[in-house]
Amino acid sequence: MMEQIVDIASWILIVLGSFFIITGAAGMLRMPDLFTRMHAASVIETLGATLLVVGLMLQAGFTLVSAKLVFVLLLFFFIGPVAAHALAQAALHAGVEPMLDEDRRNREPPGGAEKNETDPVEPKT
Amino acid sequence: MFFVASAAILVAIILVVVRAIRGPTVFDRVLAANAIGTLAILLLAAIGFLTGRPEWLDVGLTYGLLNLISMLAVLKFFRHGDLAYDGEEERETKA
Amino acid sequence: MRQVSLGLFLFAFWLILSGHYTPFLLAIGLGSVALAVYVSSRMRVVDAEGHPIGLLSRWLGYLVWLYIEIMKSAWAVTRIIIDPKLPISPTMTKVRASQKTPAGIATYANSITLTPGTITTDVKGNVLTIHALVRGGADDLEGGDMDRHVSGFERGRV
Repeated sequence: MMEQIVDIASWILIVLGSFFIITGAAGMLRMPDLFTRMHAASVIETLGATLLVVGLMLQAGFTLVSAKLVFVLLLFFFIGPVAAHALAQAALHAGVEPMLDEDRRNREPPGGAEKNETDPVEPKT
Repeated sequence: MFFVASAAILVAIILVVVRAIRGPTVFDRVLAANAIGTLAILLLAAIGFLTGRPEWLDVGLTYGLLNLISMLAVLKFFRHGDLAYDGEEERETKA
Repeated sequence: MRQVSLGLFLFAFWLILSGHYTPFLLAIGLGSVALAVYVSSRMRVVDAEGHPIGLLSRWLGYLVWLYIEIMKSAWAVTRIIIDPKLPISPTMTKVRASQKTPAGIATYANSITLTPGTITTDVKGNVLTIHALVRGGADDLEGGDMDRHVSGFERGRV
């Protein structure tokens, strides 16, 4: 009985994950420019990958395979932003202008009220 | 059910490959290559379960690490035209 | 101290990935861990920025909170993709990070990028340049809710 419930749950998770993966890939085709496509790609990396991997973990049970699947997720979590940031920065540097509805870049940034200098923060060791 | 997941990932890879072919800038293609790398890791995991051999996961992890390094190398090359470019040097000459 | 903790982490990583516990393979594992710790010490990357052990205790709680945020915004982006009209309004903006350490600012910038719908494109000092898929995403970040969470996670310090 318990096994059947776990089986059904992992089924649902895997199918949902597959759905979000295809949606993200379709979004990469539909979006009009590079930066908006990056948002679609991050749906694959976060929601799609998580649901699929958790579904696989339910199948594997409490084993070393599950531990490795956790590492796959952590890999996405630590590498995804690094790659996305490098890509966005390189594209802006190369002069790819994002398609924008509203540009607030020239405005004084809000937030961080108690600290207002724009100097680089020195590492404290 | 692992077959369903594998098929879905393959469909997604096809969609992303279309984006890689259409471009239009080199960065779109790098983004597509990175997404294909992500999908390949998931595909390797799904295939590992499909064939009952979870060793595929190790291949997937290694692939992910290599994917990041190759992507950074490509971006660095297109940004500076040189893989041996040193960011520290630029800061010193500017200062 | 940091070297010992890094070594323990790396060896635990080796044990989980390997799955074979014969004396020979364990010896090889210890050897490669020692080599990795030695090389990274020589590169001087084992410091508060490279191996922030002080953040470990609150790491899990923060990850759970971040996960819920990611799920919410990923669902929002999915709805935009599925919508036939594709209702996007790309916005670029700048926000200030209130974190005090480089590791904290990096955590904030990476959390923004991980959340679908917002990407950090540039970091200069404590000012982050953000690209958001819809105008509301930029407004939320300017509201500073995530900033406060990351600051709370960072406090207690390395």
